[in-house]
Amino acid sequence: MAARHLRILSGCNGALLSVRFFSDSTLAQEPIASTAIDSASVSPSINTAENHSQLNNNKKHSAPSSLKHAELAKFSAIADTWWDSEGPYKPLHALNPTRLAFIRSTLCRHFRKDPYSARPFEGLNIVDVGCGGGILSEPLARMGATVTGIDAVEKNIKIARLHADLDPETSTIEYCCTTAEKLVEEQRKFDAVIASEVIEHVADPAEFCKSLSALTVSEGATVISTINRSMRAYATAIIAAEHILHWLPKGTHQWSSFLTPEELVLILQRASIDVKEMAGFVYNPLTGRWSLSDDISVNFIAFGTKNS
Amino acid sequence: MPLTKHLSVAIIDSNPALGKSNFIKKEDPPDPRVSTVTPATISFFKEIGAWQYVQQHRHAYFDKMQVWDYTGLGYTKYNARDVNKEILGCVVENKVLHSSLLSCMQNTEFRKTIYPSRLTSMALLPSSSSISVDSTPSATTLFTKGHLAKLDLSDGKSLYAKLVVGADGGKSRVRELAGFKTTGWSYSQNAIICTVEHNKENYCAWQRFLPAGPIALLPIGDNFSNIVWTMNPKDASDCKSMNEDDFVKILNHALDYGYGPHPKSISSGSVDMFSWFRGDATLSAKECFEVPPRVVKLASERMVFPLSLKHANNYVSKRVVLIGDAAHTVHPLAGQGVNLGFGDASTLSRIIAEGIAVGADIGEVSLLKKYEAERKPANIVMMAVLDGFQKAYSVDFGPLNILRAAAFHGAQYISPLKRNIISYASGEQRLPLPLPLFT
Repeated sequence: MAARHLRILSGCNGALLSVRFFSDSTLAQEPIASTAIDSASVSPSINTAENHSQLNNNKKHSAPSSLKHAELAKFSAIADTWWDSEGPYKPLHALNPTRLAFIRSTLCRHFRKDPYSARPFEGLNIVDVGCGGGILSEPLARMGATVTGIDAVEKNIKIARLHADLDPETSTIEYCCTTAEKLVEEQRKFDAVIASEVIEHVADPAEFCKSLSALTVSEGATVISTINRSMRAYATAIIAAEHILHWLPKGTHQWSSFLTPEELVLILQRASIDVKEMAGFVYNPLTGRWSLSDDISVNFIAFGTKNS
Repeated sequence: MPLTKHLSVAIIDSNPALGKSNFIKKEDPPDPRVSTVTPATISFFKEIGAWQYVQQHRHAYFDKMQVWDYTGLGYTKYNARDVNKEILGCVVENKVLHSSLLSCMQNTEFRKTIYPSRLTSMALLPSSSSISVDSTPSATTLFTKGHLAKLDLSDGKSLYAKLVVGADGGKSRVRELAGFKTTGWSYSQNAIICTVEHNKENYCAWQRFLPAGPIALLPIGDNFSNIVWTMNPKDASDCKSMNEDDFVKILNHALDYGYGPHPKSISSGSVDMFSWFRGDATLSAKECFEVPPRVVKLASERMVFPLSLKHANNYVSKRVVLIGDAAHTVHPLAGQGVNLGFGDASTLSRIIAEGIAVGADIGEVSLLKKYEAERKPANIVMMAVLDGFQKAYSVDFGPLNILRAAAFHGAQYISPLKRNIISYASGEQRLPLPLPLFT
């Protein structure tokens, strides 16, 4: 019933081969609802019914029209619950401080900012790609950054703007209903580009990374967080999270769309980004908290810098 | 604390002592309102730079403690050296603690304002989770410079705050206004407190459990000690009204031969059932029972307070957090109440700093819940332990008396148990037993 993808990484010559087999249905017919691990915010790459190998997959459009209306409607339906920390986005709220800790640590070191300052990102332009309701954008703004948040779902942007206006520290965030590719066309550039829990929803991660790279200034930072394509991730993020614990609606993630850390490093490298640091997120069910760890077998986050 | 120094703080307290310059006359005899601060609290004070001010005034470290009861069946002596420390705690007058904290605060750079009035009402603006796309928020209510709790004071002023910390004691107005429910009961006991004088110095803390409640003698410095005597309300008011000489007589009676005999000390040569538990014996295991120093005269007025146990069911809600006695009130029998409060303050300030580090809004519930998750279990356990003691020691029943005696012996001679008790009471250990889960 689900689309079956087989992605084979050929390590020796560094070429990323992707052979996709589809059974009967396509990606879009999956009830991929908006979830705690990000909505279909990076619209261009959630394409439907692509039955081609990666070699001729440059069929990426930058318009949100590639998204099916059904998916958009699903995301819009629970868009009001973005800021309900006990609602469907609860896991993302719980993960937020942990990913921010990694972002703070790597960006402070890279841009030589004072880690003991309450506003270390003062003077930095950051774009949150796939910002959803602004869960990541708002803390970044409070840390002093000039933040632009983009998302393909109009309702998400509306919610994000409303919530950000409640606090003068966050009301300066620029929210746009647009896509990474469109921003590239507008020739926008940022000191740091963050795409957290987005790339696993993208049909063409390699092209997506190229867009992220194009948005990053030379010597700037790119941070991507996603889920590993490992057996353990299948057991936890798909079986446990979706089918048993019902943290996420079934079909939120396609295991075959996950990237392994090696693959991510490779496609970033081809997009002129050198991954410098990587860490894993580990969930402790007893305390209900996430923490940073060396264990990248399920959730992981990567920090890279753009070559000049 | 560089992460929090940009925060502005408003202190709402109608206590007149906050206004005038804090000048404590050294010649005054000690005030009967004292607190026993544990080593953990002393570390906290040192961390924030307030302990240096405490050291300028009267304060009394003690390194020994003796606990026994009226049945004379057992006693326990604790010594700080049992856990390789130098002190078990320090007894400080409350006015000294206040003035030290005030001096410390006045010497910091952060923006603070003292509002010498009372809180009359508190309003929390609509929570953001109820925002839906179609609502049009009115600019005046929501966009009030980002400060979302409004406080009205008794002198007519109004304040807006991102976070309201209810540190206003057992009858907390913040707790009341925020609608937190409490659980608790009153012990049908009152505590009578006063300062007394001896002929010589006292470096030991003494506590004797009597049928109606414990009597504690705490060193306060300069030959003075503080008495905290728990008894039923009728006796308490009698004690308060009787003349001073009679009161001194019954004090000595209660500390010495009153109600029952002295416990016998077990000499080190004899065989007893605990010899195989002993292991690495503590220094105090060999110490004999001692009679506390005689009270020579009364040095202050006598004050009486009712005792109760109270616990707020929740410590946090949006933009509001409770700390100290506002969150929990305990029996004074182990001198732990104020130390739990300082523990709350220390944890809350750390959690706020951690929140700021990741750009959180300091009033958001998810951040404040981390404080609650850390303090609530520890506070509840302490309250249960103290309540357990209070109940166990208020029944005069043969078999129970023997059980208590066994408990005294156990604590005296089973060294690991004694070390555990000392660590827990000093605030070094969060829970009475080392449970691996709750670290």
